Amino acid sequence: MAEMLGVVQEVQDSKRMVLNMGPQHPSTHGVLRVILELDGETVLNAEPVVGYLHRGIEKLAEDRTYHQVIPLPDRMDYLAPLSNNLAYVLAVEKLFGIEPPERAKVIRVMLTELTRIGSHLIWLGTHAMDIGAATVFLYTFREREVTYELLEMVAGVRMHQSYFRIGGLRQDLPEGFLDRLKAFIDVFPKKMEEYEGLLTNNKIWRERTEGVGVLSAEDAIALGVTGPVLRGSGVKWDIRKAYPYSGYDEYDFDVPVGENGDIFSRYLVRLEEMRQSREIIKQAIERLPEGPINALPGKMNFPDIDEVRGDNRNIEALIHQFKLVIEGMRPPKGEVYHSVEAPKGELGFYIVSDGSPNPFRLRIRVPSLHNLAALPLMSRGHKIADMVSIIGSIDIVLGEVDK
Amino acid sequence: MIDIVNAIRERWQDAVLETREFRDETTVVLSAESILDVAGYLKESGFTFLVDLCGVDLGVGEDPRFQVVYLVRNMDTTEQLRLVVNLGAENPEVATVSSVWPTANWHEREAYDMFGIRFRNHPYLKRLYLAPDFPGHPLRKDYPVEGYEE
Repeated sequence: MAEMLGVVQEVQDSKRMVLNMGPQHPSTHGVLRVILELDGETVLNAEPVVGYLHRGIEKLAEDRTYHQVIPLPDRMDYLAPLSNNLAYVLAVEKLFGIEPPERAKVIRVMLTELTRIGSHLIWLGTHAMDIGAATVFLYTFREREVTYELLEMVAGVRMHQSYFRIGGLRQDLPEGFLDRLKAFIDVFPKKMEEYEGLLTNNKIWRERTEGVGVLSAEDAIALGVTGPVLRGSGVKWDIRKAYPYSGYDEYDFDVPVGENGDIFSRYLVRLEEMRQSREIIKQAIERLPEGPINALPGKMNFPDIDEVRGDNRNIEALIHQFKLVIEGMRPPKGEVYHSVEAPKGELGFYIVSDGSPNPFRLRIRVPSLHNLAALPLMSRGHKIADMVSIIGSIDIVLGEVDK
Repeated sequence: MIDIVNAIRERWQDAVLETREFRDETTVVLSAESILDVAGYLKESGFTFLVDLCGVDLGVGEDPRFQVVYLVRNMDTTEQLRLVVNLGAENPEVATVSSVWPTANWHEREAYDMFGIRFRNHPYLKRLYLAPDFPGHPLRKDYPVEGYEE
């Protein structure tokens, strides 16, 4: 077992050298420390050491009401904040037994897929840059800037939007948003051709990514790996298909699967996922219904903002809002687990409730932690230079790994 | 879902202490001694994917005080089952399941790190997130959210 997860012992041996990679390193995508056991340039073993970005989100959540927790998950996977937002909000809605209205569900899908595109764009840019293809980085960040602008239009914030709330959304889409979103997805296929044109049939790219960092399907399942890494190893598993949420079963999209479990397979899987996300956004725009964006107010959710301090002001709504903000909502006692297909894999929230307004235990199942645990298996026998490509291909975010 | 729980009951009479269902999720409370056997049986029956393993602190003075929660999944049938093991406040300890599901390795390290729950026969039970000389176990209920150390 220790071999599977890589434990590097101090060795006094002229052939083996123990070196540290990180936590301060431009290519580890955050504060990740990998203890490498080397024979010359060949990696004999690699042990990831995590915790340099541990912020105690699970502990903080116990001290806050369910609404006050909402900004915390955003900051875990900071490259796809709405995805974490969605996962938390869905888990709380499951606990309370609330169902958001149709319009909110469609907007959630639309924006989460936009976030997935944004996250994969960063992955592609940084991964390619680590291997040496710096131009791709500039191209993908050009597109990601557009996603930032779109999300800023909706939520007022470029990152950490906290736009999804318990029971629905913070506010409705602004005028002109859908047109700009349509313009973005119309242009996107051409941009993808640019990235592919630079990488997919590039001999250097192929030599550096094919056959490197192989993870078998069996090992992936044994280690709890999910997301594009699992799919790159040939396992067709996507939470959006297995346990559909937010209306995903009504959209027509494919789940791409790789063949060889190497870096190149994972690369192809994520590229195809970007195309599929674009398809989903297109369908979401077409089927966006009119209607309310928040579940009907009750003991559990906030009244319409218009009634609290807008045109339809009334004192009952104000009291309702005040009580909910100060005292919080009281869910039933029990425990729930709900997960979503985040860009990195399966992100799940396990909430234990004792009936009080604060979560008794908020447990976050993060995909990057498992995916990172597979690093030793993937990197044995390769060179130091391959470590960088392998870490990039797993697509980890240390904010998520360390919580 | 009920089938597998009944199957477990038949094979180990004293293992299943309680079952409950909430929001379409099945939770089974098992005795601490039986977890390794039940884990092996579940894995053979198709529950090859361990989704999550975590600790829960029910509060100072509670008996049982600690819980270890396992969420397992059968990827072919998409069934999910939650197993709960209750542990006492003094020296909470349970057998490791990392020999059945290697996923558990890091999660058990995290549970040890945050709660102080020990896992028998774990190949490398060291703290996962915090520094090796960190005093205390932060997710315990008697560990404050903020403050200065005396």
